[in-house]
Amino acid sequence: MKLDFEKPITKIEEKIEELKKMSEESGMDLSKEIAVFEQQSQEYKKELYENLKPVQKLQIARHPNRPNFLDYINLITTDFVEMHGDREGTDDRAIIGGVARIDDTPVMIVGTVKGKSTKENLEYNFGMPQPEGYRKALRLFEHANRFGLPIVTLIDTPGAYPGIKAEEHGQGIAIAVNLKEMAKLEVPVIAVITGEGCSGGALGLAVANKVLVLEHAYYTVISPEGCASILWRDASKASEAAEALKITGPDLLKNNIIDGIVKEPLGGAHYDYEAMGEELKKEILKSLKEFKNFTPQQLKDDRYNKFRRMGVFNS
Amino acid sequence: MTLKDWFETRKEEQHAARPIDPKIDDNIGKLWVKCFNCNAQLPRKELEQHMMVCPQCGYHFRINARTRIKQLFDEGTFEECFENISPSDPLDFFDTESYKDRQQKAKAKTNLNDAVVTGIGKVNGEEIACAIMDFEYMGGSMGSVVGEKVTSIIEKALEKKIPVVTITASGGARMQESALSLMQMAKTSCAVAKLNDAKLLYINILTDPTYGGVTASFGTIGDIIIAEQGARIGFAGRRVIEQTIRQKLPADFQTAEYLMKHGQLDMITKRSELKDTLAKILKLHRHEN
Repeated sequence: MKLDFEKPITKIEEKIEELKKMSEESGMDLSKEIAVFEQQSQEYKKELYENLKPVQKLQIARHPNRPNFLDYINLITTDFVEMHGDREGTDDRAIIGGVARIDDTPVMIVGTVKGKSTKENLEYNFGMPQPEGYRKALRLFEHANRFGLPIVTLIDTPGAYPGIKAEEHGQGIAIAVNLKEMAKLEVPVIAVITGEGCSGGALGLAVANKVLVLEHAYYTVISPEGCASILWRDASKASEAAEALKITGPDLLKNNIIDGIVKEPLGGAHYDYEAMGEELKKEILKSLKEFKNFTPQQLKDDRYNKFRRMGVFNS
Repeated sequence: MTLKDWFETRKEEQHAARPIDPKIDDNIGKLWVKCFNCNAQLPRKELEQHMMVCPQCGYHFRINARTRIKQLFDEGTFEECFENISPSDPLDFFDTESYKDRQQKAKAKTNLNDAVVTGIGKVNGEEIACAIMDFEYMGGSMGSVVGEKVTSIIEKALEKKIPVVTITASGGARMQESALSLMQMAKTSCAVAKLNDAKLLYINILTDPTYGGVTASFGTIGDIIIAEQGARIGFAGRRVIEQTIRQKLPADFQTAEYLMKHGQLDMITKRSELKDTLAKILKLHRHEN
């Protein structure tokens, strides 16, 4: 599926195909012309993808073919053993986790899952966890803490699920408890926003020593649509809200919200799963190495100080 | 239909039509106040003597941080801390109005620098560190200042080894500071983790309304959670939930009573009993280790 702003590229690519076909049929040598077009197309793409507006990045972050948590499990880990359930009656499928190996390092890997088909989306609830999902995640974090396994979380969620049961079962409290308990973890925690990092639902897995976002992912306090409908009283102003909320990697880096940006293949992660997996794995391993010699107390202090510094005010 | 029935029906209809989010300032400056719940006309003085609780039906009016402090702390014991921390506009945020203008208006309305007052005071002789939120300042929303002040008062309590009490009234994280506001949830919760480690008592008092980023952070991770009678408390707003699930919600949805029934709260307290209840809990936890 091509996005609307990618249409000019499709046009150039069609032209190139046409030329190739013509040269085959007529026997004329058009390789020079084709090469020129291909180079132009490449340059155009580079310029386009490097200068995306927030609302366009939003479209890439939400692309239906974007690799999901299960893809990343296949791409970057081996020996994944899933651990199910919150031990209180539920196995929320919007959050999946378990032990696995990244190269030689055993880790606990936990993430939110989005489906790629309607059927999958129903199973994973569109990546929107219930309180039980956060409680399952916490159970896995505590397991990792007990056995000295570093924790990696991959986050791609439009937010925690807003529903009747979710409220009755303490959605807010479940997230809050995770924030507090993650602060106490004595193992390194690396969080990566791989797509949508929306609000408390994302933060509930992201109280980490290192927080990375993929190049076209976003991280925000509220979805641009939600913000537009509250502040502008008009959900169609999402594009303005996406600009104002400063949700993309470079802005997040500037405001010290995140520690780094993971480069995506040209056009976005969905164009090249292998390359994306490789880059992500490299970045995760680099981060894990950084914290390898930290003592438990140093890890806790590092996390505390990192979030303690956040915020801008006058005093 | 008898005339009496007609009056009864009308009363019920008016009751049903009452706004879910009554605005505090509708009443300010008037000599007489109409109760949002029972429509009784109340002299303002009498209402104030009753701690802004309707003497006829028990409806708890929303109150601001200063009033709350007067009601809760022993006279003259509350000492404000960190009052000079004030908001900036790191994202240059402009929606239909600039964030700076909104700050100025909120300050003019509340005489506060931001949506929380922090300090140390005594409740029936028990010393506590306290953060009191004010819904009148931009809907009690949490941005960098609220996060910083809440974290700072917790750190002060850690130094002084005294319990911490929060009194929340908030629509959630402040959109005008975007991810910076979101991070205040992590920052404040990390500070609460230190209270746990130090085994210092942490009590949350949830008042009307407490939502979003405050419910999902420092506001609900207390060792004891108390809600004021009639408070609405939730993670997602009612409208968002209705739009998502496409069905009407029960009338008592997200009330303190509803949450208590579902095991999310330790207790519900009337405003008139809040101070004594809090003091009793504090005294029960104070013993020489």
